[in-house]
Amino acid sequence: MNETGAPAGAPPVAVEIRGASKIFNPGRHNEVKALEDIDLHIDQGDFVTLIGPSGCGKSTLLRLIAALVDSSDGTVLVNGKTADAARLDRDYSMVFQRAGLFEWRNVTRNIELPLELMGWKAADRRRRSAEMLELVKLTEFARHHPAELSGGMQQRIAIARAMSFHPQLLLMDEPFGALDEMTREHMQTELLRIWSETQITVVFVTHSIPEAVFLSTKVAVMSPRPGRIAALIDNDLGPRNDSTRDDPAFFANVTAVRDALRGGH
Amino acid sequence: MIASANQGSTTTQDSAGAVDDPIVFEQLLRLQAAREQRRDRMRRTGRQVVVLTLFICLLGLAYSAYKVAGTAIDDAQSGWPVIGSILPESDDLKMPPFLDIVSGIFEEPRGTNEPFWSIVGKEAAFTLREAAVGFAIGVIVGLSIAIVLTTSGRLERALVPHVIASQTIPLIAIAPIIVIWGRKSFDFLPFEWQDWMSVSIIATYLTFFPVTINGLRGLQSPRPENLELMDSYAARWVQTLWRLRLPASLPYLFAAFKIAATASVVGAIVGEISAGVKGGLGRRVLLEAQRYTTGPERLYVAVLGAAALGIFVFAVISSIEYALVGRKGRETVT
Repeated sequence: MNETGAPAGAPPVAVEIRGASKIFNPGRHNEVKALEDIDLHIDQGDFVTLIGPSGCGKSTLLRLIAALVDSSDGTVLVNGKTADAARLDRDYSMVFQRAGLFEWRNVTRNIELPLELMGWKAADRRRRSAEMLELVKLTEFARHHPAELSGGMQQRIAIARAMSFHPQLLLMDEPFGALDEMTREHMQTELLRIWSETQITVVFVTHSIPEAVFLSTKVAVMSPRPGRIAALIDNDLGPRNDSTRDDPAFFANVTAVRDALRGGH
Repeated sequence: MIASANQGSTTTQDSAGAVDDPIVFEQLLRLQAAREQRRDRMRRTGRQVVVLTLFICLLGLAYSAYKVAGTAIDDAQSGWPVIGSILPESDDLKMPPFLDIVSGIFEEPRGTNEPFWSIVGKEAAFTLREAAVGFAIGVIVGLSIAIVLTTSGRLERALVPHVIASQTIPLIAIAPIIVIWGRKSFDFLPFEWQDWMSVSIIATYLTFFPVTINGLRGLQSPRPENLELMDSYAARWVQTLWRLRLPASLPYLFAAFKIAATASVVGAIVGEISAGVKGGLGRRVLLEAQRYTTGPERLYVAVLGAAALGIFVFAVISSIEYALVGRKGRETVT
């Protein structure tokens, strides 16, 4: 899985945001200042969560990185390119809260969707989708349709689809927000396994404090109206497993994030 | 590699270790439920055939029962003043006996040596060709308009009222115009224009509308995050149309196709009548209406033929829909 060995010295930068802001409907009566003066630096291989209350602009910030929304001011660089150039180069892939699988395609063809868009040959697509199914451990459901899968399985397929063309950056917008608590913890463990197997950079939006602390290497705590990054907390818990959730260091960081969230008001 | 999810292979998966995943285990239970559902569906189809047969028998019975009552009113004349004024009277000319209508299907009309069902069948085939061509053009035109309107909200707001307004023009008014255009102005076409083609254009006028309106709704039906997903993959507009918008609109389109197909038959029949085309069910209905006193049952048979044609085109569209859209979720076990 890991094709590129880690380079010596400082890791290369995946995302560099400087002084970025976003104003929706500028100059109109429904003007909204969603983001103000955002600075964020994400190294390759990082797992960064964006956490904050509803309406703090964390999803907007993710879409800024994805170039699905244009910034009003400042610069957003992905892999040293403008965000839109990175989008056109397919440097990143996105996972949404709803799995958003195409119900008329079976699991395999859903995973192959981005490969089709890139003009891959059928045989190559088949090989890659089989690999991806193995990665998310759902090989036996290759020919099922999304409607026949549970919510957690659908989201695993969505992750397989996102990873299918080996993007360097994975942008996740509350991907486990619609899942029950049990499935959610299971998915978190699975995601960390995939992350460590592939060494992909992840930017993960959530409003769950334990989720943020369990998953990430850095937690960016955001405050609302206008959205700002109130604190960037290093979250070095080492390799995680289910007992990490009972670790005192885990609780200490949960408290740190909670305090930062309160301080943001 | 592909689990065939029979009860038998569940145990093999168990030993293979796949089922220690609780989500996978839950899935196997679901598959079982899906299989039972499919068996139920087969039973339902059988029941539907029985219900349809019963319905036709009941219809014949109701027709005959009314005729008995209506004839009694007719015979009693002044004796039934109240009922006679509410329930119209009846006799053999107004309502030919049900069995006469049935036998009228198989009789050879005077001057021909061909059973009447065969004559009506040929007329229906003539009308079907007009309707099918009209339907096909209507689908192409209607879908093209819908796709163009999808590109811009401003365009949609500007043009949809005109599309709706187009349907307020009475078909009977434009039919002769189209026939005259066809005869006089369509010389530039590489083939010779025939009157039935004008009837197809008339049918098109009725069919494109539901396709445009429903198609527009269907093309706009994908959720915002699915459109964002395509954007995040840097998909071109045509790729998004072909891989997301069009498949997502199929259920909407087939609802429109069913309306459009029956409308195309209506349009063709009305078109034939107002355009004075030689041939087709519309002309047959006119003809049998003129000859009504000598064979009322033939008009009934012609009208039944028109109804059968409408049901036929509806059934054709429904089965195409079933093959294309209804199949999803049934491909469970491989």
